[in-house]
Amino acid sequence: MTDTNIYLPHLMRIAKITQEAPAVKTFRLEFMDAAAAEAFSFETGQFGLYSAFGEGESTFCIASSPTRKGYIECTFREAGRVTAALADKEEGDVVGFRGPYGNRFPIEQWKGKNLVFIAGGIALPPLRSVIWNCLDLRDWFKDITIVYGARSVADLVYKDELKEWEARPDVNLVVTVDPGGDVPGWTGKVGFVPPVVEALNPSPDNTVALVCGPPIMIKLTLPVLAKLGFSPEAIFTTLENRMKCGLGKCGRCNTGSSYVCKDGPVYTLEQLNSLPAEY
Amino acid sequence: MADNFFLPQASLDTLFAALTGDGRRILAPTDRDGRTELNPVTSPGDVAKDYLQTILSAKEAAFPKVERLMSFSTGAGSVDLKDAEPSAVPTVLFGIRPCEASGFKALDAVFNWDTRDRFFNARMEALAVIGIGCTRKDDACFCTSVGGGPGSTSGSDILLTPVEGGFLAEVLTEKGKAMAALAPEAFKADPGLEKKVVEVPVAFDQPGLTKRLKDRFEDGIWVEQSLRCVGCGACAFVCPTCVCFDIVEEADAKGGHRLRTWDSCGGHMFTLHASGHNPRETQAQRWRQRVYHKFSYYPERYDMLGCVGCGKCTRACPVDMNLQEHLAEAAQA
Repeated sequence: MTDTNIYLPHLMRIAKITQEAPAVKTFRLEFMDAAAAEAFSFETGQFGLYSAFGEGESTFCIASSPTRKGYIECTFREAGRVTAALADKEEGDVVGFRGPYGNRFPIEQWKGKNLVFIAGGIALPPLRSVIWNCLDLRDWFKDITIVYGARSVADLVYKDELKEWEARPDVNLVVTVDPGGDVPGWTGKVGFVPPVVEALNPSPDNTVALVCGPPIMIKLTLPVLAKLGFSPEAIFTTLENRMKCGLGKCGRCNTGSSYVCKDGPVYTLEQLNSLPAEY
Repeated sequence: MADNFFLPQASLDTLFAALTGDGRRILAPTDRDGRTELNPVTSPGDVAKDYLQTILSAKEAAFPKVERLMSFSTGAGSVDLKDAEPSAVPTVLFGIRPCEASGFKALDAVFNWDTRDRFFNARMEALAVIGIGCTRKDDACFCTSVGGGPGSTSGSDILLTPVEGGFLAEVLTEKGKAMAALAPEAFKADPGLEKKVVEVPVAFDQPGLTKRLKDRFEDGIWVEQSLRCVGCGACAFVCPTCVCFDIVEEADAKGGHRLRTWDSCGGHMFTLHASGHNPRETQAQRWRQRVYHKFSYYPERYDMLGCVGCGKCTRACPVDMNLQEHLAEAAQA
């Protein structure tokens, strides 16, 4: 029998935990097996299944950039049984990881282009991987704009990195919170992401837009981008349908004839338009 | 090409003895407590008489309801993983119907289209199929509408067709030859037997249905057809081709097992996101997914259908949904 067990996870040590926002944490994970660490590589946009042994597996993107070697990071909100168990872990504890799975953002095709990142809430993590990947290859791209919105100031994730991007002259960062989510002294914007993008009015010329957020944000942002003149093949998003295997077998992420875990999670709007809206 | 033989009824004893003598488990339809289901048997006398089909499908022989994918033990700051070996007992499926025998192909398509599933493959490797062609049918049968037939050899290693005094035995594959070689005295020269099976009328135009589904996604018929669906999942659990599964944990503080279990796209939880958003939140959307997955996505993705026309779902449905009728309706202009 030559087949290996494709469901067997790697054991990972939690090297660092960052409390990003209420109920949102980032884990930095390192492979416990040196050979597995050596053999591992991933590309931006890919995801994995993370185990809290005894509770189960959850699907999150790899939120770190492939240019940062030696570890992977994931950011998750405590929402169910597995994420609650993960949230209880401490630095030094062991979790499981299977991956990388899925396709990738074709960043090499964006050389010489402007990039507009649009993220909402807990959907910044997948784009954060691409953002750092592109910032680490900064010469490849022209203008880089990041629009990030959250319900409230407290709900913003990667607060230190937002400051870092804010301070960079080669990044145009726009941070917004929903009406009522601001605090005294808030210097960012107040408003939902779609109108903020519309007001920002980024040029569609030679520009790629990456959109990731809750379904309602994506649904309302896409028409804004269309109105601004972005064509469907220049708009990318990443889906995160419920998954169990990540390998194109368990059937949960099946949308049309596409498996989000294999053909996605990264899709252009042009590709999404050919699928039933079951995501 | 198949090698044809005459297998006298009385020679089944010889064949069964040879198969068990070779260390193989024989699973065959048995009548127990009013249910016809596959169970381990040792002699032909244990096999159900005059059955149409089992209620559950034969897929369990390669894809069990519950199986262990791995085990783990957890301690302070440490986790030990233990790989799981599939318990692939050499098994002969005796007496399953051609529809079900052909269903393994649809499972294989999913389990191996990209990465290979060790658990399924180990069991398939250890599995041989002696199918029996159908001499009767019921109203739920529609194999001929989906490319199969009551005498179809697809998926069988040996196909038996009842004839006067025994069976016409078509030895179809290497696995079939190996089984026949264990009991050569059981397989007599074919005197030119006629393969006679029941006639199953074609109920709908399947290529037409697959084509029609391309522009029927937003149609009201999915709501109409599924109004009485209670989302119990029985159709998926009895289906020989339904492959969707869940992965769950069974554990205590010291460790436990990770298990794969059958699942159904008909359940609300199947696609529910952590945020509460559900891409298929109505039963109509889930019913549509069932039909599309089998008759549109499978052909597109794997160049085959995800349905063998066995009719088990129709027989099992507690609210009398009739797949054949629904498909015939969906195939209409």
